[in-house]
Amino acid sequence: MKRWSFHGGVELPGHKQKSTTRPVESAPLPKQLILPLSQHLGAPAEPVVNVGDKVQKGEMIAKPGGFVSAPVHASSSGIVTAIEELPVPHPSGLYAPCITIKTDGKDTWLNREQQTDYRQLEPALIRERIREAGIVGLGGAGFPAFIKLNPGKTVKTLILNGAECEPYITSDDMLMRERADEIVQGLLIMQRAVQALHCIIAIEDNKPQAAQAMQAALQQIGTVDTGIVIVPARYPAGGEKQLIKVVTGQEVPSGGLPIQVGVVCQNIATAAAIYRAVYRGEPLLSRYVTITGSAVAEPRNLEVLIGTPVRDLLDSCGTDFTHLQEVIMGGPMMGIALADHEVPLVKTGNCLLALKQGEIELHPTVVPCIRCGNCADVCPVNLLPQQLYWHARSRDFDKTQEYDLFDCIECGCCAYVCPSNIPLVHYYRFAKSEIRSQQEQKRKADIARERHEKREQRLAREKAERAARHARKKPGTDDETKKAAIQAALERARASKPGTPPDDV
Amino acid sequence: MFKKTISSPHIHSPSYSTQGMMFRVILALLPAVAVYAWLFGWGVIINLLLAVGVALSCEAAMLTVRDRPLLPTITDGSAILTALLLVFALPPLAPWWLTTIGVAFAIIVAKHLYGGLGFNPFNPAMIGYVVLLVSFPRELTLWSLPAQLSEHTLDFGSTLNYIFSGTLPAHLGIDALTSATPLDMMKTQLGLGHTTSGIIAAHPVFGFMGGKGWIWINLLLLAGGLWLIYRRIINWHIPATLLGSLFAISLLFFLLDPQHAPSPLFHLFSGAAILGAFFIATDPVTAATSNIGRLWYGAGIGILIYVIRSWGGFPDGVAFAVLLMNMAAPTIDYYTKPRVFGHGDRDA
Repeated sequence: MKRWSFHGGVELPGHKQKSTTRPVESAPLPKQLILPLSQHLGAPAEPVVNVGDKVQKGEMIAKPGGFVSAPVHASSSGIVTAIEELPVPHPSGLYAPCITIKTDGKDTWLNREQQTDYRQLEPALIRERIREAGIVGLGGAGFPAFIKLNPGKTVKTLILNGAECEPYITSDDMLMRERADEIVQGLLIMQRAVQALHCIIAIEDNKPQAAQAMQAALQQIGTVDTGIVIVPARYPAGGEKQLIKVVTGQEVPSGGLPIQVGVVCQNIATAAAIYRAVYRGEPLLSRYVTITGSAVAEPRNLEVLIGTPVRDLLDSCGTDFTHLQEVIMGGPMMGIALADHEVPLVKTGNCLLALKQGEIELHPTVVPCIRCGNCADVCPVNLLPQQLYWHARSRDFDKTQEYDLFDCIECGCCAYVCPSNIPLVHYYRFAKSEIRSQQEQKRKADIARERHEKREQRLAREKAERAARHARKKPGTDDETKKAAIQAALERARASKPGTPPDDV
Repeated sequence: MFKKTISSPHIHSPSYSTQGMMFRVILALLPAVAVYAWLFGWGVIINLLLAVGVALSCEAAMLTVRDRPLLPTITDGSAILTALLLVFALPPLAPWWLTTIGVAFAIIVAKHLYGGLGFNPFNPAMIGYVVLLVSFPRELTLWSLPAQLSEHTLDFGSTLNYIFSGTLPAHLGIDALTSATPLDMMKTQLGLGHTTSGIIAAHPVFGFMGGKGWIWINLLLLAGGLWLIYRRIINWHIPATLLGSLFAISLLFFLLDPQHAPSPLFHLFSGAAILGAFFIATDPVTAATSNIGRLWYGAGIGILIYVIRSWGGFPDGVAFAVLLMNMAAPTIDYYTKPRVFGHGDRDA
């Protein structure tokens, strides 16, 4: 199948072999599960349990907080011990509301509704199942999966993203090797949901075993309109818009969605979760997680219950905590450095990367930008990162927008190659958040101004009305009318004197 | 526990550093420097050491005055590179004060008064050179003869003595040691009404494809430049369009009037065209930064070099051409923004 390419990108050392040597096993059942209410993009979920409630595995403990939202389920059976703010995986190290479950060790399931043939289900019902199962994009963004599966337009190509382009991460690789059939079934369910004309499974060329397994599964299940495309391992080939470009040659318009070019893109782990939700009635309770890095004695992939504390996972793979410098959730290019090891693993957590001290330079000496343009050469969006940096640095935010700041996907290629060690992405995040808060302030100011203007108008109108009323009353009080009224009254009195009182009294 | 949060990316390529880039550029210049010294004598080495010393002292002094960290900047190699490029532009027997003034002006005024590395709009080495060219034109034309043409050679001691005190051994006059450069000679003789073939035949400074001796320096500079492109220290765009446009415009005039316009090869291999293309115009701080912009920027320099050489007041035009295009770089950048992913044709 024909492939295209995207501008820039970098070839990164993979570090992927170490974590693929052992088969995937389930992580030990943790004593405690911490389930944040916001593990997805959109409104946080709302708790439907109380402290002290007994919950079973698979039971919904928080309902969607809006349309763009996802429910949260108990990943194992136990007792709700707290609903409170706890540290969560977030770049700022913020606390957020979580439901804590003390597991009972029995792992008892709630009754599961079995569904064997997805072909009997209407697309809308499939989406409802996926929504109820709390499935979000497992590749990292965490966008509720059912929304993408309701495109409202003809879907030419459904792309399954198995590129997994970040170094170290192998969870999708292992999932494809071990559960290819589930992924393919999940893909077919999604194809039915969006009525896609054909499907493409995109896999980077550094995962030949995964590609083989997927090919075998496709043959076994016997699909005709699905093909596997091997894409060159070049970061960020797994970025949604980059992958769509590579596979279809089309560019998703700036600020637009893939559906505008007739494409829906989902991650392969999402497909497997959809299979489990639709066939077996299992909500999203666990995922494959790569636990690797120089501080980990036994790098590997584990199937992890959502909500398992990161420390438990690091422990179970023999992590050297004394020489630990940094634990990153996600990959080294876009992952989040965890401020705390007690945070739970969330739905989007595909990897825990534990790095030894000295492996990454924490505060390298930053020297001035010499405008070498390496950053522009590697930018997959074809921006001019050095110009964005100048303008962000001088807080010239209009200029940053002129240079299309908001097209930046924060992939980190520019900072990776910057010879001056400038934390470029940091500057872009700063500029973006400043612009957003300025816009928010402007919006509020506009509302306030509008309100003020309306109030002024209202006051002016009321004043005018009062004046008008006043003016209308005035004719009723001048002398002539008074005289006329007196005159009329006298005449009425005169007329009524001789005879009977008038009818109108 | 408060822990400093670090934002992604968490890794950095080990193969990119400003220092590494500067020192590779210096490395690429060294073979040509060695041959330059071999052909033109001890003066090159003495001036080189002097220039590097002055550059580092000025850099250190300015960093101290500006209250900036000394170590990361003084070791980044940029001042050494400026000194090296300037020495290439100066006559091998340039007196010490000439070299000192040029380097000091380059580092103090052209670099640090504009904000230091990364903030200077003009190439410091070229500013230093141009200051000397307009202030001391006579000294800059006294170019020593390459060893193969000269009947007299100066040993280390007498060279040192000449550079620092201006006195030569009793039997020698400065005219015996120096002559005009090939470009200078060509310009003067053409101005006197001679033809190119006649000039080349009559004067021994001319050799195959340019000036005698110069060809080797230029070939080594070319090799060094190509190595830099291969190692991705510089991009191909600026050298390609600079040399391409210089070649094209000189070919045009050469074809129109071969007796009064020197050949394209003469233009490429005499003077500072190759040095300028690979080592001066590619200074990223002062050049255009987008790839399309770099194409225009290089082409502009190539054409300006030809214009200045042919009709300007100076024999070579690289320095002025580079400085003029430095001035144009921000505008070029503005009009050559690349098309961003997902955008239609760039509407300006």
